[in-house]
Amino acid sequence: MKKDEIPQDPSPLDKFTKEVCYAVDESGNYVTQLSRGWEVKASALGITWEDIDKKVAEAKQKVDKGELSPIAYYIELRVMDLSIVSAYTGFWKWTIKRHLKPSVFKKLSTAALQKYANLFEVTIDQLKNSSVNA
Amino acid sequence: MPNTFQHLQAAHCENGVTTNLLRSVGVTQITEPLAFGIGSGLFFIYIPLMKINGGPAIAFRTMPGLIFKRTAQSLGIEVVRKTFSSPAKAQQFLDDCIKSGQPVGCQVGVYFLSYFPKEYRFHFNAHNLIVYGKEGDNYLVSDPVMETTNVLSTYELERVRFAKGALAPKGQVYFPKAAKPVSDDQIRRAIVTGVKRNVRDMLHIPGPIAGVSGIKYTGNKIKNWRDKLGVEKAGLYLAQLVRMQEEIGTGGGGFRFIYGAFLQQAHAYHKNDSLLEISKSFTQSGDLWRNAAVQAAGIYKGRITSQADFNIMGDYLLEISELEKKAFKELSKVQWQK
Repeated sequence: MKKDEIPQDPSPLDKFTKEVCYAVDESGNYVTQLSRGWEVKASALGITWEDIDKKVAEAKQKVDKGELSPIAYYIELRVMDLSIVSAYTGFWKWTIKRHLKPSVFKKLSTAALQKYANLFEVTIDQLKNSSVNA
Repeated sequence: MPNTFQHLQAAHCENGVTTNLLRSVGVTQITEPLAFGIGSGLFFIYIPLMKINGGPAIAFRTMPGLIFKRTAQSLGIEVVRKTFSSPAKAQQFLDDCIKSGQPVGCQVGVYFLSYFPKEYRFHFNAHNLIVYGKEGDNYLVSDPVMETTNVLSTYELERVRFAKGALAPKGQVYFPKAAKPVSDDQIRRAIVTGVKRNVRDMLHIPGPIAGVSGIKYTGNKIKNWRDKLGVEKAGLYLAQLVRMQEEIGTGGGGFRFIYGAFLQQAHAYHKNDSLLEISKSFTQSGDLWRNAAVQAAGIYKGRITSQADFNIMGDYLLEISELEKKAFKELSKVQWQK
């Protein structure tokens, strides 16, 4: 990449920082220069988030229909998976899978709910009524 | 002890932490490209069956932690490295270091890293930063990928140091044990070690999924992605490839440009002009990776989605694999200055 070809496209990094790029100058020597971003990777990140949003919406629908507990929705919303939730809460993955059933979720202890609420950064009330608050 | 730590921005977090920590103990010659090259940072691996955020597990650099370890080791600098089971002990240790004037490298997760833009906050646990001071309840943080320094509260820092999941940092801290200047001769030898190790990792690593053969393997896989995954999911996979290749931290072109810069800087220590020529091959490879990213973008934006477009995409990687194989073979033949 030549120094004058370093892209300066709008990116999610705007307002946070610019990033260091390595490129060659006119005499072929490597130099560094700050870049605002590159459209190609901004769109890679963009479609990744569109896909996450889609999964969140799907999970929400299933929660609304009573097919899954609100935990399923928050797992998607916080870009987690069973392993991550398990690592943070200390629950086994199969336990979490059970908690995804609305019938099991209803009977969860306050202590268990609090663990999820802490991880998802919501109150227990919000967790229970995610279909209203989302 | 007065706080003399100097924040220098780098392309990549671990390179930057390594460079800044080594400078803080008097290794004045060290730069980001030298740290990357001496640490044999250039790599490629595609791990089939493993998924990251539902997409393919692809890396363009060596395992997290290795660059600092190898670079310090090659320069004869002893390293302190510790993980903790108790956050309180981890904080105490950090506080003691800072009080004695020791800047500390920390492994952290980015998901709860408050100064990062939301779009970048995935559950990725191998980010690196330096804590160099404390004011009241706030830690002074030098994150090499950021233009300026940042602040994290005690709670925020604990949260990122004890992020959970894959590669959980467990409060890991690391820093050079003692201040120790390094001679140009040591740098010269460390460059040779670094290059030879990188040749080994890229050319001779067993199995088809890593090094230059890993690039070829991935190229061939990509050609099947359209049939196997469908256009939409294949597009998401390609977006993940592009993110690993180009995202903040890579310096562009999947670290290939940083490696090109390393070979130019190595030339200052080994007056062998073939280093400059081989550097050009890595520039060319970085450019090809970027052309491939443009092709990938055409696919994940839904502009070009035929099998022929996937074939072109895969062929880019086959071409890159050949080019890098040739470049590393030439590197393996370089006559080093004693």
